[in-house]
Amino acid sequence: MSRATKILTGAGLLALALLARGWFEATPARHMLLQYPLLIAAGALIVGALARFDAGAWNRGGVASLLTAMFAMAFWMLPRMVDASVAALPVDIAKAASLAALVGGGLRLGWPHAHPLLQAVLKAKAVSMLGILAFLYTHAPERLCNAYLLDDQQRLGEMFLLAALVLAALWIVPLFGLSPHASRTRTET
Amino acid sequence: MRAALIASTLVLTAGIGVLWHATDEGRALTTETARRINVAETLPHVPDAILETMTGVHLQLHPQPGQVTAVEFIYTTCPTICQSAGADFARLRDAVAATAPGLRLISLSFDPDTDDPEHLATYGDWHEADGVIWTVARPSRAALPRLLESFRVTVIPDGWGGYVHNTAIHIVNSEGRLAAIVDTDDIDGALAAARRLLK
Repeated sequence: MSRATKILTGAGLLALALLARGWFEATPARHMLLQYPLLIAAGALIVGALARFDAGAWNRGGVASLLTAMFAMAFWMLPRMVDASVAALPVDIAKAASLAALVGGGLRLGWPHAHPLLQAVLKAKAVSMLGILAFLYTHAPERLCNAYLLDDQQRLGEMFLLAALVLAALWIVPLFGLSPHASRTRTET
Repeated sequence: MRAALIASTLVLTAGIGVLWHATDEGRALTTETARRINVAETLPHVPDAILETMTGVHLQLHPQPGQVTAVEFIYTTCPTICQSAGADFARLRDAVAATAPGLRLISLSFDPDTDDPEHLATYGDWHEADGVIWTVARPSRAALPRLLESFRVTVIPDGWGGYVHNTAIHIVNSEGRLAAIVDTDDIDGALAAARRLLK
């Protein structure tokens, strides 16, 4: 993909995520498992096309930008921030911008520089976090978001479990019968 | 190495700071918890809406001097949680005379189109609301949005023709300020808040 195509695709995804916010944000599963990844992918595409990759001493090992991505993600995973973004357009725009720039951009700038060990830790953490959230959302007796119904919250929990399984499969299957080098190049593309 | 360490430490500090601030010092992950903390700290004003009660008379939302009002949002056609919340409200009513004589209860409909005085009266009869200590009422359709906004109550359709909302008991003091929000089954909490304000 050329640089211009990446930027245009990223901008298109951003626009889609915001213009169709009513549809995406109608259920928590669509909101968190479609719109969030879309925004993150858009940011990764745009930042990937714009940034120079000898990012410099400050981001050695990708640690600083990966930490930025994790904190921004944690912030927008707070139920009250999810509520706030559904309730008010300005908050939603801030969410889109920071998920794209800080999470998408942060992952894009940090991941290729991260030590394979750090990458592995983060993958394991992502799968286990999704598992914990799956348990929490399927078992919480009360609604965590004012914007969403309890049924939909439980469905989100089931979807988190599905996402955890899919990610675990994606990351573990290549380890069978492939050399470490091959599996690494595969996850980087 | 040093630059990266400094950068990561800065991100870590800023990240923790932002999360700390965004959760009211780690106290509130949900909008509902945040609402309760904020109300207890800032005592926000609620509009003195004119309500129509189940007997068809008009009633101001703000309590009379020397009184405190417990407000619970309902819609009378609610099959589930409002009915159990109504039963909890009845328990609160039972405790008023003995422990907080200045406390008045209003079950307030957020569905004024359906909930005419007849519907309100049916709901009131069901829970034995006497119309003096406890009445069931509706605001005008025009006053409703500002009322819900000031109480920070979010109502969403439940997909079956009904509604779901953040259900709670809201204690309004004699100055018309929202002073406390407790769970609908936290009768002791509601009484304690009312007694504190009535002193």
